[in-house]
Amino acid sequence: MPTSFRHGASPASPNDVRRRFLLGAGAAASAAWLREGAAATPGAIEHPVPEDPSKVPGVPLEDTSYGARSQFETEVRTRYGKTSTALSSWTFTPLQNSMGIVTPSGLHFERSHAGTAIVDPARHFLFLHGLVQRARKWSMPDLRRFPSVSRLLFIECSGNGLTEWSKPTLNTVQETHGLTSTSEWTGVPLSTLLNEAGVNPEARWVLAEGADGAAMTRSIPIDKAMRDCIVAWGQNGEALRPEQGYPLRLIVPGYEGNMHIKWLRRLQLADSAFMTREETSKYTDLLPDGKARQFTFEMEAKSVITSPSGGMTLPGAGFHEITGLAWSGRGTITRVDVSVDGGRSWREATLQQPVLPICHARFRLPWQWDGREAILQSRCTDDTGYVQPTIGQLVAVRGLNGPVGSVYHLNGIQSWKVASDGKVSNVHHY
Amino acid sequence: MSTTTSNGLRLVALLAALGCAAAAGAQDKRHYDFGTTPSEAELARFVSPLPDGRGLPQGSGSAARGKAVYEANCLVCHGDALQGGQGDRLVGGRGTLVNSDPTRAPVKTVESYWPYATTLFDYIKRAMPLTAPGTLSNDDVYAVTAYILAQGKIIEENEVLDAGNLAAVKMPNREGFIPDPRPERFPAP
Repeated sequence: MPTSFRHGASPASPNDVRRRFLLGAGAAASAAWLREGAAATPGAIEHPVPEDPSKVPGVPLEDTSYGARSQFETEVRTRYGKTSTALSSWTFTPLQNSMGIVTPSGLHFERSHAGTAIVDPARHFLFLHGLVQRARKWSMPDLRRFPSVSRLLFIECSGNGLTEWSKPTLNTVQETHGLTSTSEWTGVPLSTLLNEAGVNPEARWVLAEGADGAAMTRSIPIDKAMRDCIVAWGQNGEALRPEQGYPLRLIVPGYEGNMHIKWLRRLQLADSAFMTREETSKYTDLLPDGKARQFTFEMEAKSVITSPSGGMTLPGAGFHEITGLAWSGRGTITRVDVSVDGGRSWREATLQQPVLPICHARFRLPWQWDGREAILQSRCTDDTGYVQPTIGQLVAVRGLNGPVGSVYHLNGIQSWKVASDGKVSNVHHY
Repeated sequence: MSTTTSNGLRLVALLAALGCAAAAGAQDKRHYDFGTTPSEAELARFVSPLPDGRGLPQGSGSAARGKAVYEANCLVCHGDALQGGQGDRLVGGRGTLVNSDPTRAPVKTVESYWPYATTLFDYIKRAMPLTAPGTLSNDDVYAVTAYILAQGKIIEENEVLDAGNLAAVKMPNREGFIPDPRPERFPAP
């Protein structure tokens, strides 16, 4: 990708970046180099940069190590600036430079309600109780003895795009769509644990609770719990990241992100929903008539062009690849169409294999830009036959109750305007 | 090769069956007996009331006592008049939920929006105050719950709340929620 085509957050300033020094022989050289004032990037180790890497030895291999990304890469999650505290806030995945379908663990979006809990796995247990024949308590080693599964799944916050209901508000795809990420999750099927305890016939709901300061709770229907939920300890081939719920997270495939309870410590079965704060006062969709939709679980089919996207500048007319992501909480993406004329005409994009259920799918379309203003859109279809609507179609059904409408579950078609000077911006066009 | 023995073949078949079961999401009906049975005491630390009041703990509190609890623990974030600040606004907003003016936000508070009083107890007990969650006694939680509900003119100032009567508190927006009607079918634009 040409340098001028890239868009990312500005590299953090030297003062607010935690630097990682090479210890031992390299430390003096690193420190000397750093004093010259170069900025570090989060997640990278700074090395002196030779004029010609083929004329000097490289960095010796360490006896033990954990890899770091290149010091030249700058992609970072960025926090939404308008929450009143960083303890209950969210950070966005930088989708604009995303490749393929998997989100690097360190760039997976975050949403937490009382900060990132730091949990010692040796003192962490999962309790299962309530309407079961025998309550259970499992340590982490106990849980890892069960037969496990791995599955690539997206998680999307139901608030993804909440600023965009009534007018284009934020500039980049990171800010408008960055609350979705895909990882390979590994753990034990929740049904295995429920069968182990023996579900009483009157049980209808499972409460999942986190070990964080919010003791985050959501009620999950028992049929969903038995169908495909996973009690996960693994993410992309290693243990979960702390901000993703280390050491244990409930994965609720296709359902809104806040139900994927992090730092999972407890499951309680009951004959009714618990009506917790997060499923009554918060993650509900208030309509103009004053009624609020409740238990809007599924994240419906959605797509977005990640490149070109808002904030980028095309280096000039000519060939550009249009690429983006599509996903559906109800199934598998079967088709993505792309328009470069604001929806007047559409061309079917190529779907990169693999295309998996409840997972990001990567689409691509070659585009010969003539240098005139263009409106880029993508529209996906899933295997239930659902076609991604325009924002206008959603607003026609759900209304706009206040500046951000019904807040959650905005899955409308995104429009990016490419101006004749190559600048790409977020617009509404429907 | 050992897999040519009948035992080995059975093992291969079993592994294949388990693999297929996992891939298809089929349920694992085996019992493994890993873990232990938690004690009553271990489970007693968890409080998750249902909206009909089952699961509420012992204790009680009045709005008068709740005012002191509020001022000591909640006021710094939620304001001296419960008007909100760093934390959510807690009272007011009745009549603002019906709204199709995109320039005027509905005011969603405990008073105007929350459908169950049990939720208020549950949330304060688990998650508040933000900097010291889970530290309030049951009496304090009942008391500050009563204070917020009384400030919202949902209960009387002198009412004492406990496990026996909290679920009976009629919240103004109790009937304000409807089940998810999706999927909506949109014609292709």
